[in-house]
Amino acid sequence: MALSALGKVGSISLFLVRVLGQCLPALARPGLVIRQIYNAGARSLVIIMLSGLFVGMVLGLQGYQLLARFGSESALGMAAALGMIKELGPVLTALLFAGRAGTSLCSEIGLMGATDQLAAMEMMAVDPVRHVVAPRFLGGLIAVPLLAAIFSCIGIYGAQLIGVTMMRIEPGTFWSQMQSAVGLRDVNEGLIKSVVFGAACSLIAVYEGYHAEPTAEGVGLATTRTVVTSAVVVLLLDYMLTAAFL
Amino acid sequence: MTDDDAVVVLRDVQYAIGTREIFNGLNLRVRRGSITAVMGPSGTGKTTLLRLIMGQILARRGEVRVFGQQVASLDRRALYRLRQRVGMLFQNGALLTDLSVFENVAFPLREHADLPEAVLRELVLMKLQAVGLRGAADLMPAELSGGMARRVALARAIVMDPELLIYDEPFVGLDPISMGVIVRLIQSLNRLLGITSIVVSHDVRIISAMADYSYLLSGGKVIAEGSPAELCKEKSDAVQQFMSGTPDGPVPFHYPAPDYFEQLLARTKACAPSDS
Repeated sequence: MALSALGKVGSISLFLVRVLGQCLPALARPGLVIRQIYNAGARSLVIIMLSGLFVGMVLGLQGYQLLARFGSESALGMAAALGMIKELGPVLTALLFAGRAGTSLCSEIGLMGATDQLAAMEMMAVDPVRHVVAPRFLGGLIAVPLLAAIFSCIGIYGAQLIGVTMMRIEPGTFWSQMQSAVGLRDVNEGLIKSVVFGAACSLIAVYEGYHAEPTAEGVGLATTRTVVTSAVVVLLLDYMLTAAFL
Repeated sequence: MTDDDAVVVLRDVQYAIGTREIFNGLNLRVRRGSITAVMGPSGTGKTTLLRLIMGQILARRGEVRVFGQQVASLDRRALYRLRQRVGMLFQNGALLTDLSVFENVAFPLREHADLPEAVLRELVLMKLQAVGLRGAADLMPAELSGGMARRVALARAIVMDPELLIYDEPFVGLDPISMGVIVRLIQSLNRLLGITSIVVSHDVRIISAMADYSYLLSGGKVIAEGSPAELCKEKSDAVQQFMSGTPDGPVPFHYPAPDYFEQLLARTKACAPSDS
């Protein structure tokens, strides 16, 4: 079991090296990458914005209840912003991305394998890693930080809706507390996390798709593995990065 | 035929998938400028043979040479250079589903040739015209029938004007008109441009009409070879069985299985109510 897990880590690492080696040639064709940013990013916008809004509203409600116990309701803006930017934004965006775009990436590449499209590219002397995998990997890598930023902004707006509109916290207090407490270091922490999570989720999706058994069942299993592995890896990486930033 | 005349040479090739042996001591040569047919019952490894030639899989033993180069010794870059000289038609077409018919045919040109858009367009339309699908240039692969998809794949296979064309079951699912056009196209590519062709097919009648030389595979080896006329005259039972399409003969129609009667009887016994 441990040996097989180690083998898989090795296999993913080798695949990552191969994908990274093809990223520059893929960037030479920006059209391919932009299309993937659209597929993975723009098409995930609605789910990201809706989730961000509701998560922010829940954070507003729970944060207000908790802070009110200590008479510190005015700190809600700061708490919501730090929570969204440093933790909830990157983590939840990555989990939603894995569910929405990661599955799509994995099944698309898996089906291309099952219908001989990847083999046909190989036969036409076109490396499928350069033409299919690297643009999708880059698309995810670029889209996740952008989505996380949108998630955090909408989330903060959701918390403001609850705190200011419903709970009658002074708007000036809400925003000024946030402004004074949130620094560039916090934004960088969220940004680095979302870049790492984006790379991890995209890599897992393209790896599983590329190595899926070329059958309907094989592609289905690979898609399931993509979601499960991405979720576990994101949470593990989140712990490691949070510990590193302390 | 000497090695200089041969575009493809397989010498004593052995290949297995797991414990299942596909080829054991396979020898085959494809002469430059010829149409060579590879025939054999289902499951004899005809498609595997094509994958060996293209370097997609490697033989466990023996030698596979294409254009004089030993495929197993080539690195990825050299292998890709070799593949640029070869066109391959897949059994299912293998069109890229996110590209239109036009873009599918243009794909190899866009990847390997730095051509002005006008020249590229002309070339693609010329190849689509040859397979009778110029009018379908804007359709997506999902809008094509199986036969049309294979014709588009053929246009894509010939768009780079390859020296060697490999066809994996090119006639399956084609209507008689399309089949006639494709047969004539393969023949004219061969006669006019001197393209070497390897055709994997079950269709003895068509192969007899178009191939210069045929190989019949069975049991991981070549069991007969020669011109179609020579194969028809071959006395061997296995060859006659294949050429005439009869189920009884040395080539088994059934996958290895226990005795049919005993298996049915065992099932009946298992289902019967016990006496106690």
